[in-house]
Amino acid sequence: MNIIVCIKQVPDTTEIKIDPVKGTLIREGVPSIMNPDDKGGLELALRLKDQFGANVTVVSMGPPQADVIMREAFAMGADRAILLSDRKFAGSDTLATSYALAGLCRSLDYDLIIAGRQAIDGDTAQVGPEMAEHLGLPQVSYVADAKLLPNGNLLVHKENEDSVQVLEVEGKCLLTVLASAFEARYMTVSGIVEAYNKEVEVWGADKIDYDETKLGLSGSPTKVFQSFPKAMKAPGEVHEVSEEEAVELIVNKLKEKHII
Amino acid sequence: MELKDYKNVFVFAEQREGIIQSVAYELLGKARDLADTLGEKVVAMLLGYNVKAQAQKLIEFGADEVIVADCPELKDYLSEQYSQVVDQIIKERHPNIVLYGATTIGRDMAPRIAARLKTGLTADCTKLEVVADEKSNNELQFRMTRPAFGGNLMATIICPNNRPQMSTVRPGVMQKRQREEGRAGVITDFAPKFDTSKFKVKLVETIKEDKAVVDIADAKILVSGGRGVQNKEGFDKLQALADVIGGVVSSSRAMVDNGVMPHDRQVGQTGKTVRPNLYMACGISGAIQHLAGMEESDFIIAINKDKFAPIFSVADLGIVGDLHKIVPMLTERLKKEVEK
Repeated sequence: MNIIVCIKQVPDTTEIKIDPVKGTLIREGVPSIMNPDDKGGLELALRLKDQFGANVTVVSMGPPQADVIMREAFAMGADRAILLSDRKFAGSDTLATSYALAGLCRSLDYDLIIAGRQAIDGDTAQVGPEMAEHLGLPQVSYVADAKLLPNGNLLVHKENEDSVQVLEVEGKCLLTVLASAFEARYMTVSGIVEAYNKEVEVWGADKIDYDETKLGLSGSPTKVFQSFPKAMKAPGEVHEVSEEEAVELIVNKLKEKHII
Repeated sequence: MELKDYKNVFVFAEQREGIIQSVAYELLGKARDLADTLGEKVVAMLLGYNVKAQAQKLIEFGADEVIVADCPELKDYLSEQYSQVVDQIIKERHPNIVLYGATTIGRDMAPRIAARLKTGLTADCTKLEVVADEKSNNELQFRMTRPAFGGNLMATIICPNNRPQMSTVRPGVMQKRQREEGRAGVITDFAPKFDTSKFKVKLVETIKEDKAVVDIADAKILVSGGRGVQNKEGFDKLQALADVIGGVVSSSRAMVDNGVMPHDRQVGQTGKTVRPNLYMACGISGAIQHLAGMEESDFIIAINKDKFAPIFSVADLGIVGDLHKIVPMLTERLKKEVEK
């Protein structure tokens, strides 16, 4: 079985601080990590490899610095790593990103593509399903469990807000998985040593089949009009009132905030 | 077709087990505002099986027209089946804007459709507006604002050259309109043409989970209890409140350490960091370790007997009082509000 796992290098958003004076993001010193859901996806691929034998290829699109997470993937047990890196991809929104990654996948032989549900820097959850569409593959998102059945189909659990859908998928497909369902293994010492002897293949746009107008900025229907820090909180109000009044106050606030 | 020929604001009216989800009505409320500003119509798309009877309700919440695709293939949500139908409707009707709920259904389907239509999609919007754009002759521009970088930054996104302009919106963000009983509108039947060769995913079963995947970090509403809740019975009161407002119950460390609540519900430094739309702290004094785990919540309500409790320093609305009286009264009151 050949499995492609899509991974992304992201800033650890839990470490991001806002400059209180300028109101801008402080990015210096924020560690870059492998996106947690993607790491869960890699873990799923490696579990399938452990059980049934598989060739696991990690792919990513990003700047050359993303080399670090590719090596981390090697150290966890990935067999091959391809980093799609080219100025032509700059300014890509989710559609252009998914188009480029789909192009990369087309040049590889695969039975299954796994991606994380979403990346913590953008939280869009769009690239996986958009790739599936470009490649004409069925998809299952929010995957919490996946097993290979004797007939070669996958039995997949999709986690919804109030239920779990158990789905049987026939043939090639793309899954987007939840980090919480696949606790990632640690890198092994020998894995870390080997990771630095392996080659991370860096591919430019010329290595994939593409239509220029669908890449980067020109292939991105959405544009950022502006960005701004979240408004600072105003000090709150504290009331010492009767229970009836308290209930009124709360209900009115919930209405005002559109919570009910 | 030129951009200006794409007209009307479409809403995907999500249903589960035949019940239209609240987010659909919320989207209709926002769609109504947008359509009125644009001078266009609001059209709801209702997909399912035996759901047609509910189309009128969508009209009463703001739709001018409801397109109903009612057939057995659409009984349960499946990506490909639903995507085919929504794609066909959009290609036939050429909407200007399409809104979806940012749920496990909307966030699964909308990107698939965006890629099929080669158009833009903005995820998890918290604000949508139509504004006269000074840079382009005061033409009306659709602007979609969403959080990014884990909520540290807000970004306003536009989709200037592609149609439809699409976004997903988190449940609970937009406001429903007052229901207008007997409001007139058009109900249109839509007969999908399925390409069944693409149906590669089969639903084996649906497991209903009362306490489905409780990840308090993902919850939009948390009703959280501390020492003041006292015991399991106290948490039952919180659970009843959470059930009415679609929330999840979480806990301070004290109530985890004494075994009343499981660890996976714990908010705080040694528990989980949460950032829900609403955090209701009941009987939680607000130790610094607890505050670190929840102070980024969008809106915080605190109920505590002690008016000097530190929780009040981060609360947007603080109530000095007895949660054991206030919470059940609030639950009853909200039940009536929700039924309205």
